[in-house]
Amino acid sequence: MIRIRNVSHQIAGQTILQGVDLDIQQGGLTALVGPNGAGKSTLLSLVARLQTLQSGQIEINGQDLQQISHGDLAQMLAILPQVLTSTHRISVQDLVGFGRYPYSLGRLGPKDREIIAEVLQSFELQEIKHRFLDTLSGGQRQRAYTAMAWAQDTEYLLLDEPLNNLDIAASRSLMSRLKSLAAQQGRTIVIVLHDINYAAGYADHIVAMKAGCVVTAGPPQEVVSEAFLRSVFDTDARVIVANDRPLVIV
Amino acid sequence: MPHLWLLICLCLILLLSVLSVFVGVIDLTPMALLQDPEALQLLAVSRLPRTAAAVLTGCSMAVGGQIMQILVRNKFVEPISAGTGQAAALGILLSVLLFPAAGLAVKMSLAAATALLGTLGFLALVQRLPPTEPLLVPLVGLVYGGILGAVMVFIAYQADLIQYIDVWMLGEFSGVMRGRYELLWLAGIAAFVSYLIADQFAILGLGRDMSLSLGLNHRQVMAMGLLCVSVVSALTVVTVGMLPFVGLIIPNLISRQLGDNLRVTLPVTALLGGVFVLGCDILARVVRHPYEVPVGTIFGVLGTLAFLWLIYARPRNA
Repeated sequence: MIRIRNVSHQIAGQTILQGVDLDIQQGGLTALVGPNGAGKSTLLSLVARLQTLQSGQIEINGQDLQQISHGDLAQMLAILPQVLTSTHRISVQDLVGFGRYPYSLGRLGPKDREIIAEVLQSFELQEIKHRFLDTLSGGQRQRAYTAMAWAQDTEYLLLDEPLNNLDIAASRSLMSRLKSLAAQQGRTIVIVLHDINYAAGYADHIVAMKAGCVVTAGPPQEVVSEAFLRSVFDTDARVIVANDRPLVIV
Repeated sequence: MPHLWLLICLCLILLLSVLSVFVGVIDLTPMALLQDPEALQLLAVSRLPRTAAAVLTGCSMAVGGQIMQILVRNKFVEPISAGTGQAAALGILLSVLLFPAAGLAVKMSLAAATALLGTLGFLALVQRLPPTEPLLVPLVGLVYGGILGAVMVFIAYQADLIQYIDVWMLGEFSGVMRGRYELLWLAGIAAFVSYLIADQFAILGLGRDMSLSLGLNHRQVMAMGLLCVSVVSALTVVTVGMLPFVGLIIPNLISRQLGDNLRVTLPVTALLGGVFVLGCDILARVVRHPYEVPVGTIFGVLGTLAFLWLIYARPRNA
């Protein structure tokens, strides 16, 4: 479990997070939603220690985040930042191999190779495994990076807006792949999503943030409503129920 | 593919080394080596050191350029034109002014220290540039290098050392002799050490956040890279002078052909750097035989052609 207690954060004098308290339960897909500038990405980067915690406390599986070494943290938690390098000429296979770095430290063993092959398979990257990243489409590149983070074999995987620049087919396939893999392997995925319908359609939990605070959290069926959209996103939209999940009419 | 490249580069280096030993103002033939003791002397004092210096310079500067490109995350920079080289030369000049009696070790250490500061300054500048404008980085590098160079020229002018600094500003190998190039082996070692952590550099190339997520000690690897770039630049500037282009063209060429997985490509980059510099030096010796053209001039011509090709040719896809 990831326990976030009273976390506040300021960047250049501006308050980004304000006393955030949040528990992220083990297992399943947790979607972080909220308007632009709500502090979703900042919260994610604090949990992954990409930025230094200014105040409050974060625990992962009962351990204080600040006390965990680089190497250990990389075996517990992986993060895929929002902006991914696209000019680096690394083959898909090598990139997925980098995901094994916390274990192999550069020298891939037989077990690493096995995992790499498995991950290439389950992310359907076999056919393009020798292609360089800069020759891939946006969807393929996102899939390759996600596969790398997956190969890191961590209990927690944090994804910052992975659906940016993906078309509907690539978005749906990535979300359903993540959902089924998470369920199969009992991993915990925290994902920042812009499109509330993807969150409602795929996530097991939704955490909504606004102006640096967590406003509400729970399963999509309980969270997503017309009143919720009005209070969090300041927009009037109709919500219907389809396939047992809420659907926002945009 | 990389193995083939490695093999070809290795063969070329051996071939060019043999050629290099027998090309020069004084005629030297393989037969003479067997009969004439003076020929052996020439070989040991001048020809072999010169050949080794060219190869070492090429290898280490190609690696230094590659590492610099990873540190700055921009493929169009190299240490010699982006301030590191000028800072190193400034360091030598300061050591000449402040500790005129000191030996080569002091000169070199001061040059390495100023090169390090110069590179840090460049990194600090680059971090403030908008990431959406990648071409600003090499331009800022040129301006920054130019300013450092101007400071150096001004100090040299004030101290009446203008002629002295020409030696470092324009790199060439005609002055290389036994006892005057051995520092370059240290540059070679620095390049080799960076190969040992090539995986870390490759991951560093994915960016700060990505490398932190993968458990890389980001600061430490950055520091190692900075050290490698500074040491290589300082040592080559101290011993043979500034040789631009090598650190830019060779890593880009290899990146185009073989990609950026440094564990695989860095040895090829190093060897191709050696081939390029040694080849240019041989050309410099024969173009106006028995006179020499500065090797930097040859670089200028070949380097410009190679750069145009880099800009206009499409990269290989896999």
